[in-house]
Amino acid sequence: MSLQQFMNEAISPWMKQDGPDSDIVLSSRIRLARNFSNSPFPLIASEEKLNKILNFFRENFKGQSFKNYENFELLEMSDLQSIEKRVLVEKHLISPHLAEKSQQSATLISQNEQVSVMVNEEDHIRIQLYFPGFQLDKALEQASQLDDWLEERIDYAFDEKRGYLTTCPTNVGTGMRASVMMHLPALSITQQINRMTPAINQLGLVVRGIYGEGSEAVGNIYQISNQITLGKSEEDIVEDLHSVVKQLIDQERRAREALLQRSGIQLEDRIFRSYGVLKHSRVIESKEAAKCLSDLRLGIDLGFIDHIPRTILNELMILTQPGFLQQYAKATLGPDERDIRRASLIRERLQLENED
Amino acid sequence: MECQECHQRQATVHLTQVINGQKTEIHVCEHCAKDKGYMSYGEENFTLNDLLSGLFHSEGPSPYNKKAQPYQQHNQLKCPTCGLTYQEFARIGKFGCATCYKTFDERLNPIFRRVHSGNTRHDGKIPKREGGNLHLKREIDEHKSKLRQLIEQEEFEQAAKVRDRIKNLEQQLHQGEDGEQ
Ligand SMILES: [Zn+2]
Ligand SMILES: [Zn+2]
Repeated sequence: MSLQQFMNEAISPWMKQDGPDSDIVLSSRIRLARNFSNSPFPLIASEEKLNKILNFFRENFKGQSFKNYENFELLEMSDLQSIEKRVLVEKHLISPHLAEKSQQSATLISQNEQVSVMVNEEDHIRIQLYFPGFQLDKALEQASQLDDWLEERIDYAFDEKRGYLTTCPTNVGTGMRASVMMHLPALSITQQINRMTPAINQLGLVVRGIYGEGSEAVGNIYQISNQITLGKSEEDIVEDLHSVVKQLIDQERRAREALLQRSGIQLEDRIFRSYGVLKHSRVIESKEAAKCLSDLRLGIDLGFIDHIPRTILNELMILTQPGFLQQYAKATLGPDERDIRRASLIRERLQLENED
Repeated sequence: MECQECHQRQATVHLTQVINGQKTEIHVCEHCAKDKGYMSYGEENFTLNDLLSGLFHSEGPSPYNKKAQPYQQHNQLKCPTCGLTYQEFARIGKFGCATCYKTFDERLNPIFRRVHSGNTRHDGKIPKREGGNLHLKREIDEHKSKLRQLIEQEEFEQAAKVRDRIKNLEQQLHQGEDGEQ
């Protein structure tokens, strides 16, 4: 398969679109946790009970459509190879937890891959909906409609006082986790983000890197999400998150301008060096690739580089993860082989932009 | 302790998994915890879980709460639907089923307050069917505050309309409640 073909299939259709503020916000996501009222939660439920739930999804939702979310496909974990599951995790369509639980769990994915409903994860149901760019309000509205659609046929575990009942006390109430994925290179280079994080935490929001381990944000990509799910309405939670993200966008834009003014030539140098590494290296580790991709993307946003689409960052961050590299190679690869494959995939991808 | 997966790094994540009532203890490093899916990338659970278990374990009979039951007794609290005991709940930091919330209700406020910045009551969406007449109750409350506003602004004609609407809604509510019995 050619790289172009592979990418077309690998990258979710919605990811190829630009959304509002997509120079900084890569995507917006709403996740809703729900449970059936008449079954123990997956953590302790028997196989038989979990099968009943899975069956319910097979009978009621497989092949269905709701609005723009068409032809829901039910991917059952027990039918998938471990590389296939890994790829779904890398695309953020399922959680690592779901991939690990091979029995009686599944995910219902819309054709455009904007919606993924995980079945028998930590909760019976985890609805996830993505939008490109900064579109939290729209994501909430659509996720809520999807939730209503499911509720037409499912009796949810709900309590007047505690709201939607979930396995973990950290999700009870709205069961909602709203999050925004942001590329913040200038705030990272200037280390301002570290100073801002405690203040953001104070507001009940969490800032974390999504690639890499621990607190470091590989590729300068951060996820901002709400921590509190109880005692506030969905709209209020989203509004609070919205206003913090708005401020971060402004700060990032200001930091980029300041960097340009204070050390324009050094910044330009950094960007083109990274571009050179991506274009020519033969072996590249994921961390270095992420750093260079972040620089390249910043170069595109600032107008230093104009023949490459900005979606390249998101795209290559996903495609250069171990699962995808192995899927593309159609083989199991050790770490050293992956570094070689990663370098060649990136070179090939950049080559596509030079051809026309 | 050494990580049981890679046998290289120090185990920093200690978990108890309960699958179909079978308990397994897991001691792994952060790297393997992520790799094996014990720790989800995007999610919050871990730090919060640590916080939760800390909270649970410090909980005994509280000197500040005269009504608190002796430790022994609340240990025996057991969910009639799924069989989870309070002690197990405290250790794993997770509920077993919807009924657990009712069973452990008295002990939940401090936990929720800690995790959700002082909040203990839901104030968000109500499901259309399961929510029953909660929608009506909320609508009545909203109309009542609107009514107060209109009276303050001396918009009596409008206020009369809203008052009639409230009466109407209250009638619906009572009919619904009678019907359920
Ligand atoms: Zn390990
Ligand atoms: Zn229970």
